[in-house]
Amino acid sequence: MKAALDIRDLSVDYHTRAGRLHALRNVDLLVPDGEVVGLVGESGCGKSTLISAVLRLLAENAEVPGGEIVLDGTDLLSLSDAEMRLRRGRDVSVVFQDPMTGLNPVLTIGRQMIDIQHREALSRAARRERAVDMLARVRIPDPASRMDSYPHELSGGMRQRVAIAMALMMNPKLLIADEPTTALDATLEVQIIELLQELQGEIGCAILFISHHLGVIAELCQRVVVMYAGSAVEEGGVRDIFHAPAHPYTKALLDCDPGRIRERRQTLPSIPGSLPDLTAPPPGCIFADRCTKADAGCGATQPPRIDTAPGHWATCHFAEAMR
Amino acid sequence: MGRYIIQRVALGLAILLVAISVLYALMITLPGDPTTVFLGPRATDEMRAVFSERLGLNNPVPVQILQFWGRIFSGDLGEDVLRNRPVATPVFAALPNTLILVLASIGWSAALGILLGAFSAACRNSLVDRVTGVLSVAMLAAPSFVVALWSLLIFAVVLNWFPAIGAGEHGDLADRIHHLVLPSFAIGLAWVGYIARIVRASMLEVMGENHIRTARAFGLPPHKIIYRYALRIAVLPAVSVLGVGVGGLLSSAVFAEIVFARPGIGRLIYESVISRNYPVVMGSMLVAIAFFVMCTLAADLVNAMLDPRLRTSKKS
Repeated sequence: MKAALDIRDLSVDYHTRAGRLHALRNVDLLVPDGEVVGLVGESGCGKSTLISAVLRLLAENAEVPGGEIVLDGTDLLSLSDAEMRLRRGRDVSVVFQDPMTGLNPVLTIGRQMIDIQHREALSRAARRERAVDMLARVRIPDPASRMDSYPHELSGGMRQRVAIAMALMMNPKLLIADEPTTALDATLEVQIIELLQELQGEIGCAILFISHHLGVIAELCQRVVVMYAGSAVEEGGVRDIFHAPAHPYTKALLDCDPGRIRERRQTLPSIPGSLPDLTAPPPGCIFADRCTKADAGCGATQPPRIDTAPGHWATCHFAEAMR
Repeated sequence: MGRYIIQRVALGLAILLVAISVLYALMITLPGDPTTVFLGPRATDEMRAVFSERLGLNNPVPVQILQFWGRIFSGDLGEDVLRNRPVATPVFAALPNTLILVLASIGWSAALGILLGAFSAACRNSLVDRVTGVLSVAMLAAPSFVVALWSLLIFAVVLNWFPAIGAGEHGDLADRIHHLVLPSFAIGLAWVGYIARIVRASMLEVMGENHIRTARAFGLPPHKIIYRYALRIAVLPAVSVLGVGVGGLLSSAVFAEIVFARPGIGRLIYESVISRNYPVVMGSMLVAIAFFVMCTLAADLVNAMLDPRLRTSKKS
């Protein structure tokens, strides 16, 4: 299976006042060519750090002690800054979460869409035409005149369409969608998801889709990666993950999804406890403190990666028993 | 945009009218009779009566103010009774020199300050950033008349690079620019540091915003992100500060014009105050106020040009 993105054993540390914060620890993540992979996990689990690491736009106090980020056969961590810059937006591009602040407020949409074609050997008129064409493909009405609009003149849904148009204009091999619908209301969310599905079919890029919304993940993705506190704890096909989770954290996360609760109840379920201190992670399983299944062994030894089915693994001592 | 300009211009005019009225009110509330103030203590009763009649001092105060507005807007700034000429003559002769001085000072200090600020923000904690930080405070702390005196001493008297006094020959551009260097240096120096600090702070804030992350995620060249995408937003507060700060520049110009013996509004005001020539003081003040109002207006318009969010009237 050829991979658009293959992250192997990636770790990222932040230097903070409290000490070294291990934001990502030995993360493995595979996005096969042309597939949509979902990434789920609660806030603070390292999703944003992962995106920044792939784009090599980590904060100044971050350090990558080890691992590989292989995009289309090249390890991005081995590239020079200039080589990496050439790949951003062309080989890998991103749609960010907040459409209200993601576009430059003092430049027109058209100007920004033309500027990002800076690597293309095209005339200015051709760039403009391409941008208008792309706006039409994301169903912006009257695209030619919208080119002269400023971001504040568009609604949130429109701006997110513009962001998608920008991200897909250079036909990237990988699109990272960082909660692209979280800031939008439900009807817009459906429209944006359908648009992404359609464009992905046309362009054939792989998508790494990050979301809290399990329903959207189930709808859109073929594979799912579950992250907890800086580690990938389970990865598998979308049906396996949703119907036969092999990690207690995945199961707890699914149980908390309001969309899956059948009977009326007073309080919504939650996972008791909170994220561990990542400046001093526990020696054993990172989830042991909050896990209902944990025994003495869990706190002492790190669980290995256990394959429970072809293409489905989890890092839990009880992975086999969970199924 | 059109509506925004009209709004701003109307506001500027309103401020100007209020300022003119206040100026007039100050004159008639000065201790003693205005005729004594204007004509001096040795004027005869007959002269006073003629003067009162001519200035309409016998009318009710609101009418006087309206008449005063009328005279101002028809270009009549009053009469220089001491020298028996219209006040407008010396004022408009001096005005261009001051305008050139102030604009040159703003020009070089804003350009350098913005560049230094952007550079400091882009290379935060570098040697240039630290040196700029220390120099900025030093420049801010040095009063402009001290800078004027020292630069006169060093560059004109000791090194003899620039002329010490005057504004240069009329019509000889190179000579006039040569005469402009030291005064505009003295006035502008404090502003370099000030603008650099403002731009650096707002630049650091802008560089942390999401749209800059977007620009970087599309691999735009760093210099383009800094100078095109971020700086345009980061200069907005500096432009506003400059617009208001022109008032401060005008008062520095008074010192610079005295130190460098440049004919200008500042020196005219100074000399008129010394010789108690109130009509000329008032006329020059009026022109200075008008200039100040125009500068804040210009700052607003420049900001509207740079930031489209300002020029659309709020719809939702």
